[in-house]
Formats: sequence, structure tokens, C-alpha cells
Amino acid sequence: MAEKGIGAAVPRKEDHRFVTGHGRYTDDINLPNQTHAVFVRSPHAHARITRIDKESALAVPGVIAVFTGADAQADGLGSLICGWMVRSRDGSDMKAAPHPVLAVDRVRYVGDPVAVVIAETLQQARDGAEALEVEYEELPAVTSVDRAHDGPLVHDDVPNNLIYDWELGDAAAVDAAFAKAARVVTQEHVQNRLVPNALEPRAAIGSYDAGSEEFTLYLTSQNPHVHRLVMSAFVAVAPEHKLRVVAPDVGGGFGSKIFIYNEECVVTWASRKIGGRPVKWREERSEAFLCDCHGRDHVTKAELALDAEGNFLALRVTTKANLGAYMSTFSSAVPTYLYATLLAGQYRTPAIYANVRAYYTNTTPVDAYRGAGRPEASFLLETLIDKAAREMGIDRAEIRRRNFIPKDAFPYQTPVALTYDTGDYEATLDRALELADYKGFPARKAEAERRGKLRGIGISCYIEACGIAPSQVAISLGAGVGLWESARIRCTHTGKVQVLTGAHSHGQGHETTFSQLVAEKLGVPYEDVEVIHGDTASTPIGMGTYGSRSLAVGGEAIMRACDKIIAKGAKIAAHLLEASEADIEFEAGVFRVKGTDKQKTIQEVIFTAYVPASYPEGVEPGMDESAFFDPPNFTYPAGTYVCEVEVDPETGTVSIETFVAVDDFGRVINPMVVEGQVHGGLAQGIGQALLEGAVYDDSGQLLTGSYMDYCMPRADDLPSFEVHTSPGTPTATNSMGVKGCGEAGAIGAPAAVINALTDAIGQRVEMPATPERVWRAIRTSSMPQAAE
Amino acid sequence: MPTVTMTVNGRQVSGEVEPRTLLVEFLREGLGLTGTHVGCDTSQCGCCVVHVDGKSVKSCTMLAVQADGAEVTTIEGLAADGQLHPLQQAFHENHGLQCGFCTPGMIMSSLELLQRNPDPTEAEVREWLEGNLCRCTGYHNIVKSILAAAAAMRGTAQAAE
Ligand code: FES
Ligand code: FES
Repeated sequence: MAEKGIGAAVPRKEDHRFVTGHGRYTDDINLPNQTHAVFVRSPHAHARITRIDKESALAVPGVIAVFTGADAQADGLGSLICGWMVRSRDGSDMKAAPHPVLAVDRVRYVGDPVAVVIAETLQQARDGAEALEVEYEELPAVTSVDRAHDGPLVHDDVPNNLIYDWELGDAAAVDAAFAKAARVVTQEHVQNRLVPNALEPRAAIGSYDAGSEEFTLYLTSQNPHVHRLVMSAFVAVAPEHKLRVVAPDVGGGFGSKIFIYNEECVVTWASRKIGGRPVKWREERSEAFLCDCHGRDHVTKAELALDAEGNFLALRVTTKANLGAYMSTFSSAVPTYLYATLLAGQYRTPAIYANVRAYYTNTTPVDAYRGAGRPEASFLLETLIDKAAREMGIDRAEIRRRNFIPKDAFPYQTPVALTYDTGDYEATLDRALELADYKGFPARKAEAERRGKLRGIGISCYIEACGIAPSQVAISLGAGVGLWESARIRCTHTGKVQVLTGAHSHGQGHETTFSQLVAEKLGVPYEDVEVIHGDTASTPIGMGTYGSRSLAVGGEAIMRACDKIIAKGAKIAAHLLEASEADIEFEAGVFRVKGTDKQKTIQEVIFTAYVPASYPEGVEPGMDESAFFDPPNFTYPAGTYVCEVEVDPETGTVSIETFVAVDDFGRVINPMVVEGQVHGGLAQGIGQALLEGAVYDDSGQLLTGSYMDYCMPRADDLPSFEVHTSPGTPTATNSMGVKGCGEAGAIGAPAAVINALTDAIGQRVEMPATPERVWRAIRTSSMPQAAE
Repeated sequence: MPTVTMTVNGRQVSGEVEPRTLLVEFLREGLGLTGTHVGCDTSQCGCCVVHVDGKSVKSCTMLAVQADGAEVTTIEGLAADGQLHPLQQAFHENHGLQCGFCTPGMIMSSLELLQRNPDPTEAEVREWLEGNLCRCTGYHNIVKSILAAAAAMRGTAQAAE
């Protein structure tokens, strides 16, 4: 292994600018002559807009313009879209209602943008927004998915607020298996609604150049090309070739910066309306709570059929998913193709059936948030299996082991559409149990009891699917775009290598990891590689970063572009070395005539390509190659998490004593970066389990709209984690054997924590398991005993 | 409009501000020191921490006029002569940052911790970070970085004795 090659824990290239304060996030950018935008948002969850008096705001000093939904409509701006068509089981299309960039006539959630006020300074824009008179006639609202079916209509032409009623799996086979089951275990649970809370608030600066008729948008985006596509093809802000989207440094995304939101469309359009002055907007945190898409929010009933030995026979799942007031960009796919397809987990359950109904409510739109569908599936399975083990008196590790897909059964076709590539689930389970000292747990529990504490241990064996693929299959299932990735390798005269990628880094460390890949592949110094991403003007069209796809899909595109560089280099080297191309071998940056010491370095070959003094006939000059990669399948990372908690029965506080993660990510390029990704995911998963939850009151006000009310995990809520990546089972889906690691922590952690808590107190508590809920649960479960 | 004068990263600066201008706004918009970030509107994320007269302060909770005459250090002023501060170095070596948005505040905040307590325990570090949020790292490597920086700084201090 080279010092900075594949497998080395290289400290990151990007760090220097961040630790010295020289990162360049969207809000750090100020364009000459810029103006400032503030959005006026609905204070009501559901209302008719009866009057907007623009003059009230225009009278405020410094205010330049006020635009409303009517202005946007008059200018021909289209609707925001949901890009994945999901069909109901009766074959009908999902009911995607229009989603105007500024509300027209009706508002449907608290925060729905009604108007934009543009002024010389931010303060003046705020004053103008404050002054804008908007009158509403309030309408009844529905916020909970349980009441959506019979609630007031969010969109008049969507009966019962039902977006789709979708199914997957063989219902008849499942019914037959349940009929002969020795045991049926049932559970109803809530997947709490989460607010992503990337620490950098969203921001956008739109500007229009009247000379070139070009628009430029600086934006907090995980996928600038996807933004450009939707904003041109659907919202009609600008023709695609006249719109440049730049996502500079982006301060975390976790899904929330995938989506095409109202504000970026409005500021880009508005810049032209006001004569081309740039329009800058940055959300306040309180706006982020209201307007960045939320995650999760399911209500689920799950039933597992088992034989007398604890073998799983069938699984039946009914889920209601809350998609909020409008369908966001990928919202439809999350509770369907990213959820129900994962319900086999690590197990060989022969029959699975899922029915998912998605509803509109008067709440913030819900879309993909770290894990997106897969945490929901994993939580369902892993808590249900624990319940089965408890009810049947089988050890919780043993029941899992009994049902694992054996390691020689790969590739494995599940009953819910996916084909798993590789895996060895016993290996990760065994290692995790050993590291967590599972055997020693009873002694620790007894010791805790002596101190008056309740101690519990929980296991979660998760599966993840990374890098949705192949495009053809995804499109046949409703995806509106292909899910390949692109790369361009541009070598310079002096032998430096620029890697232009369609993926986007917002904390994942691509500049480092991709440099390691290329340095090793081309045999050039790591320092000579530069990774460029995030600007539609310079990078090849790409699909961006989400779903743990950057390395498995984007990295492979880079590898393939490098292959083309090497292939062309071999032709040039053969000419320079007066050998036949077939005799040229390439290794560690050197082209050599096999069995001789005649050689040329890759730098010499690259130089020759640009200064072709002596050059092979028919070969183009230059060394600049592109590749697109459309993977043949998802990759399937998996692993086991073991969590140990201690509960104070007096206060209901849960403290995480140890957390062990053993992940199989296939081959690992930079273990330090990979472990960091797991840590972050674990914190979000633990946050979901114990701390975080968005709560609406019945009138549709978000009660958890700031860091005072929404409990973000802090340093002292969390332990140090013990994270291990097992040697793993490399995938054959890409040449590197990598699987993806970005979401695993968030997928596997919630069930590990809740299972540990259930083990400690004897009953499952809904997430977030706050001290109050835990305390109440302990009291109710100990009451009957007290009465005895 | 009032005029404020202060020393920022060793350089004397002055500027006109509105009475309601926050220190963070003056630093970012007035002086172009965009390393200090704004992550919330309720004084809870700690992305905006700077040092005012040697103490860590959330610059979103202080008016620019309150810092009149003060000595202010931001993340941009921490590296001396191009040499990273041990905290900056430790965050880099221990992967204490991912997106980098919380990082300036984390570093400026933990700087005060290490000034007060050169040898903190893990629990003390975690408790100190109560006012700083990070959504990326799960804090694991931030804590590790701060402990590593503390050790490095103690080492240098001893060597100097
Ligand atoms: S910006 Fe969040 S605490 Fe200052
Ligand atoms: S590194 Fe992204 S918020 Fe801390």
C-alpha cells in the first residue's frame, strides 16, 4: 500500500481551508451590486390568501421589488416537481399536485412562501417583509398521517389526501405462510419525523447577465446538475445551457440539499426581473426548521410469521407515510423503493408483502434524509425480531443467526425485488458480539442493578443499498432521471491531473479519497491530483451525491476515465519506445516494454501528448478522457451494531455506555474518512432514537422550530464509538470492490439503541425515547407489580 | 451611525455600524472575515464563536458596538506566521471535521477550554462543547482532536520550560 494510496488513512486535503477559516460557503460569497431577499411565509398551516398589499412593503426605504405567486405565474414559471413516478396498486399514477414556487391563492403549511421582498440591504428586506400586508382566511388543517385519510383536503383534487396506495411482494404467499405459522408477532410503531439540520443553513445567490443572457446561481446543493435540469426543464427559470449552478463549499446536506426548493428558483428568476442585479438569500435557522424537507414520519404495522424454531416464514407490513404539503423532489421513492425493497434485511424470509399509503398533510414536505427509507425498514425488522425472540424465549443473537442469508448464497434474490451482491452476516455479527463482550453482559447488568440502574443490550443487523442502479431498472420503476455518474480526467502539460467529477462533496472528503484513487491508479504523486466538483460550468453532467453513491458510482467513473488515459498512454509510449503496443505494460506510473528496462513515465507520455514532436499516427493529441458509469446493481453494505445503555429509573434518562459498530463496506479507500462517516451516521441514528422529533400541534404549528425545542445530539449526549470495518466482502459491482458507507450509521443505530432500552426496561418506547417517555414506561410497567 | 474601533487579529480596524449590527455581521460583512459562521438564530450552535479579550464569545449574541475597543481573535487569526495552531493541526490529523462549517467555532471554543484546563478529561471536553453543535462528526473525532491538541500543547509547554 502506497503511503497515500488506496487503504491509507490520509488526512484530508480539504481541511486546511476549513481549519483556517478560508472555506467558501455560499453565504461567504458577495457579488458586486447585490440585493437581498427575504421571503414572506405563511403563518398558517392552511389558509386562503385573500389579499396581498405590495405597496405596504414597497413603501419601506430600500425595498426594490416585491413578487408574489401571481407574478411568477404570469411570467410562466412552472411547478416544482417530484421526479419519481410511483403507481398505486390499481395502476393509477400518484397524485402529484402542483407546487408553485410562490403560493398562489392557498397556503398549505406554516412556512409556505407567499412573497419575496428584495431590498438594498438585508435589514431593509427584513423590514419590508415585516411590513408586507397579507390577509388570510384560515382553513382547517391536518397534520398527522393517521388523520389524513378523513381530514380536510390539502389539495382539492386529491381525494382522501391519498397520494398513492402502493404494494410490493406476493400477498397470497404471505397469507399462506401466516396461515401455517406456529407464531405470529405483531408490532405497531411510529417513525418519528426528523429535521435534517445540516449546520450550514441553505443559501442562494441568483444573478442574470443581460449581455450574455446567462443566469448564475450559487447554491447550497448536493447535486448542481440536477438543480439545473429541474429548474430549466420544469420550472422554466432559464434554458439549461444558459443556467450555471455552482455549489461551492457546502456545510452538510444529509439529503436536505438534494431537493429543488422554491427559493433558489425565485432568486434566480427575480434577478432578471430587477434588471440583473444579483439577489442573495440565506435562510434563518427558524426558516430551515419550517422549510428544509423533513425526514421519516411513518406509522407502521408489521407482522412476522415464524415456525416453532424461530425461522421466519413471512413478513407483512402496512405503512402510512406523511409526505407533507407538497411532494418534494424524490419524496415518492423514499417510503417505497428505498424502504419496502429492504424489508428482507439480512434474512432469508421467503415471503414478504408491503402496502404503503402516502398522504398529503399540512406540514413541511418530507423527503430523503440520511438513510431515506432504509432506516425505517431496518428499524422495523430489527425491533420486530427482538420482540419475536423475547416472546419465544430465543437468544436475540441466535434468532438472527438462524435466519441469516448464508454467506455462500450470494448473489441472493430477495422476495422484494433486490439481488444482494455479497455479504457475510455471521462474520460481522460474531465480531460485534465479541467486541461488545456480549457474553459478559449479564454480569454488567447485575452490577448496574446493585447501583440501582437498569442496564440493557441491543443488537441491530442492518442492511443498506447504495447507489441506486442500474438506470434502466430505476427508470422502469418510475425514476425520472438516470442514476449513472460521470468523470473527466484532464492531464496538464506538466503531468498534473485534474479530476472533474459529477459527484459533490459536502463533508465526505472526496478531494482526498478521489485523489488517493487516482494517485494509485495512474501512479502519480497524490499531491499532483486535484479534484474539482460542484460547478456545472466546469464539471461533466453528473447526478451528484446522495444515497452513499459517490465512491461506488462516481469513483468507478473516475477509474474508467483513468483506464482510457492509460490505454492512450500505452499507444504513445509504444511509439516513443519503438515497441508494439501489445508489449507495453503499465505499472506505478511507468509504461515499460515487457521484460526490458525501456520505459517512459506517465508524465513524459502526457507531455508528449501535448507536445507531439514524435507521435503515433492516427492518435489525437492531448490527454483528457471522460467516462460515464452506470452500475449493474446497487451495492449492499451490511453490519451489526451493538449498543449498551443504562437507564436511571428515577429520572428516565438513558445513557449510552458503549456502542460497537462492525461494518462490511467492501474495500475501504480511506479508513479514517470511512470511520468518520460512520460516527456521524451513528450520532444521527442515536439522535433519532433518543432525542430528536418534530412535533406539530393540531393547528399545524411546528412546536419544535428551534434548537431550544428540537433536541440535537450534543457532545455530552454521546459516547466515543467503537467502529470497525471488517475486511468485508468486496462487491463485484465496481472494479474497486467498494460498497458505500455514508448512511450506515443512521440506518443501523436506532434499532440498536431502542432494543437496548427495551431490554433494560422491559418494554419498547416510541422514538424519541425521551426521559419523560421512558420514566412513564417504567412507572406503568412496574405499577401492576406494585399492586400485586 | 456609530463608529466602532477594535483590534481584530492584531490589526486595528474601524467602521460605521448600525446600533443593531451584531459582532458577527461586522466581522463577516464589514471586514470580510467569513471564517466565522452563522448556524442559528437562537445562540445555540456555536458556529460563530470568536475570542473577545481572550474569552470565547458567541459573536451572534454580541453587538458590534459592545466590542468597541476590544481585542478580537477570529479563526483567521489563529495560525501564527502560516504555522497552524496545535488545535488546527490536531483537527486535521484526527479528522475532527467533515463539512467544516462548525469547525471555526469548535476550535475557537476549545481554545478557551485548553487555556483554562490544559489537561481535560474526555468527559470535561464533552461537557465544554455543550454550546457547540456539529451535525457531521458525531463529535467522536472532535473530542479526539481536542485531547490530542491538549497533549501537544502540554508537550510544547514542557519543552519550553
Ligand atoms: S450563530 Fe448559532 S450560536 Fe451564534
Ligand atoms: S463538520 Fe459539519 S457540522 Fe461539524
